[in-house]
Amino acid sequence: MEVKIKSMKYEDFKDNEYIEQLINELKASNTNVVVGCLDEVINWGRSNSLWPLTFATSCCGIEFMSLGAARYDMARFGFEVARASPRQADFVMVAGTIVHRMAPVLRRLYDQLAEPKYVVAVGGCAVSGGPFRKSYHVLKGVDEILPVDVYIPGCPPRPEAMFYGLMQLQRKVKVEKFFGGVNRQEKREKVLGK
Amino acid sequence: MANIQQEISSFLPEATFVEGTILEVSVPDAKWHDLALYLHDKLHFDYLVSIVGMDWGETLGCVYYFTCTADNSQISVKVETADRENPLLHSVTDLWKSAYLYEREVYDFFGIRFINHPDMRRLFLRNDWVGYPLRKDYDASPEVNPIRLEHEAVDDVTHAIVETPDGKLEERTNTIFAPEEFVVNIGPQHPATHGVLRLRTSLEGEIVKKIDVYCGYVHRGIEKLCESLTYPQTLHFADRLDYLSAQQNRHAVCLCIEDALQLEIPARAQYVRTIMDELMRISSHLLFYATFCMDLGATTAFFYGFRDREKILDIFEETCGARMTFNYYTIGGLMADIHPDFQRKVKEFCAYLPGMLKDYHTLFTGNVIAQQRMKGVGLLSREDAISYGIAGPSGRASGWACDVRKNHPYAMYDKVEFKEIVRTEGDVFARYMVRMDEILESIHIIEQLIDNIPEGDYALKMKPIIKLPEGRYFRQVEASRGPIGIFIESHGDKNPYRLKINSACLPLVGGLDPMCRGGKIADLIAIGGSLDYVIPDMDR
Repeated sequence: MEVKIKSMKYEDFKDNEYIEQLINELKASNTNVVVGCLDEVINWGRSNSLWPLTFATSCCGIEFMSLGAARYDMARFGFEVARASPRQADFVMVAGTIVHRMAPVLRRLYDQLAEPKYVVAVGGCAVSGGPFRKSYHVLKGVDEILPVDVYIPGCPPRPEAMFYGLMQLQRKVKVEKFFGGVNRQEKREKVLGK
Repeated sequence: MANIQQEISSFLPEATFVEGTILEVSVPDAKWHDLALYLHDKLHFDYLVSIVGMDWGETLGCVYYFTCTADNSQISVKVETADRENPLLHSVTDLWKSAYLYEREVYDFFGIRFINHPDMRRLFLRNDWVGYPLRKDYDASPEVNPIRLEHEAVDDVTHAIVETPDGKLEERTNTIFAPEEFVVNIGPQHPATHGVLRLRTSLEGEIVKKIDVYCGYVHRGIEKLCESLTYPQTLHFADRLDYLSAQQNRHAVCLCIEDALQLEIPARAQYVRTIMDELMRISSHLLFYATFCMDLGATTAFFYGFRDREKILDIFEETCGARMTFNYYTIGGLMADIHPDFQRKVKEFCAYLPGMLKDYHTLFTGNVIAQQRMKGVGLLSREDAISYGIAGPSGRASGWACDVRKNHPYAMYDKVEFKEIVRTEGDVFARYMVRMDEILESIHIIEQLIDNIPEGDYALKMKPIIKLPEGRYFRQVEASRGPIGIFIESHGDKNPYRLKINSACLPLVGGLDPMCRGGKIADLIAIGGSLDYVIPDMDR
């Protein structure tokens, strides 16, 4: 996107001679300087500190707890701590079966997450209803009520599979446009999967 | 057995009997409450194990299972009503407190209303749900019950049908929470409820006045799904009920079907099943230690518990190929033979764990803060434990020797020597210590078996389609949290006419209200943690 600023000519805007001078001065005084896009810096930070919401309904939740424990240790990847409040979380891992009674609750939790927010569907139940697909009380996948970013199949998925899925989410975050993109204030309608 | 039959028929001549492994008595509903009173007071059947709602096509009804805690004899009672439009049965909540939740469950699934039950609300489904799903004529089309994203209305008032002394029926309303009460909603998304349980809690300052439990936030309709599956297909749901006692749950379903078919299971399978059950129990109790201590603020314990649990999962993974949903037992034996390293690794683990348990106790048990949070909190008397049906480790902490492994032995439990851990305090600390001591007992059981696993087949050859002879079968197995009961009614087909899972965890939340009343809200967390309920098992 082309940036237009009225009080300044575009050619002047691209003329960064003084920045180069500044960098050279800094380098001369043995300071390390990296030049890059602010979006990339922010996304690098965001993707490496994605905090999940403590949300688990069934078996997958126990594997999610194993992620937090010592052997798998999700803090290594920046998933640091699970937050119990949606206000402090970046994404919700829908670990387990979502049933009719839970649907409005989960939807409210999602609405309470601060933007930018993501949804990871963990396990067969959250992906498609899994073994309970034919039941009268089970949602055929959480994407009936929430926009899902990453699907992790398995019943329950191994912790390694969960990490793979979460790293896909990190990749997704890294290529996003932050300014004027995901940090926009106005309401966006995400398209549901079905 | 014949003795009880004579006593009942002399008390109630119109009762009819069906003999089997468990004697079944059929009574008309008009006489049911009299018989219930007689069973409870005179014959001392003080433990209501289960109420199974039934739809027999023409009639609706219930099958009740009772146990006498003095001599562990069992009896079942069948009551039915021909009125499908407005089915009514008499309630037994005044005699057995566990009936409060069981009868609400039957109402939820079958629409049978219970006369004199104080609170006839749905238990698992939304209160605006249309129809009764476990009836055979239920309309399951998604148009009738679409996914609703608006929240259901909160009900502070409930309905009841009361029988007046002159025999008339009256509709009444009962208040759950008065308008002036201060009601706090805990859950369904709350880390201390161990899943998605919702507790509406009435508070006075920090003191808990009343708790109203809402279940069903992960009700998956397993019982209905089973009715359209063949017997071997139903097994895989067992692993997903209480995923922390996956092996024992599956053991229960297999045992129930094997009993019905009168199969003789190979000795090798019996040994391996017993070892696997006990490993599962240890892993579940380790997870209890991890999460319970974390509820009370000891985060380090979480890492210790999970570290040792992973070692058991490694052993499981080698043999079963999975970390959680194992699919290992099958009708007639096991899916596969044990891994060549299995015995060596189990022995290594059994030698390793007792030393770690000492660490656990040094870390947490002796801690002054932990002791003050646990001792004398959440008292449950033996009588209440039996009446509320709180069995398993929580019941044994109240002095009730209710271990199914001792009372109705299965697999190898009558051939191994082990102690049933019973404590009498009935508080949070006792429930915690029972579980910690059971880990040692489980290791003791495994050590007796692991070197003696006999050679031979690990499974019987079974046909892919299994048909059970007609009848009703009920079998209990001691899972990590208490007895899981499997009820199957077969009409001779390849799939069950009705399969009911009697969860170990549902009675636990039934007892939450009396245990927490008058305590602080922080005690609620400790009590809930010590009961160690697993929500998908409760909701099924």
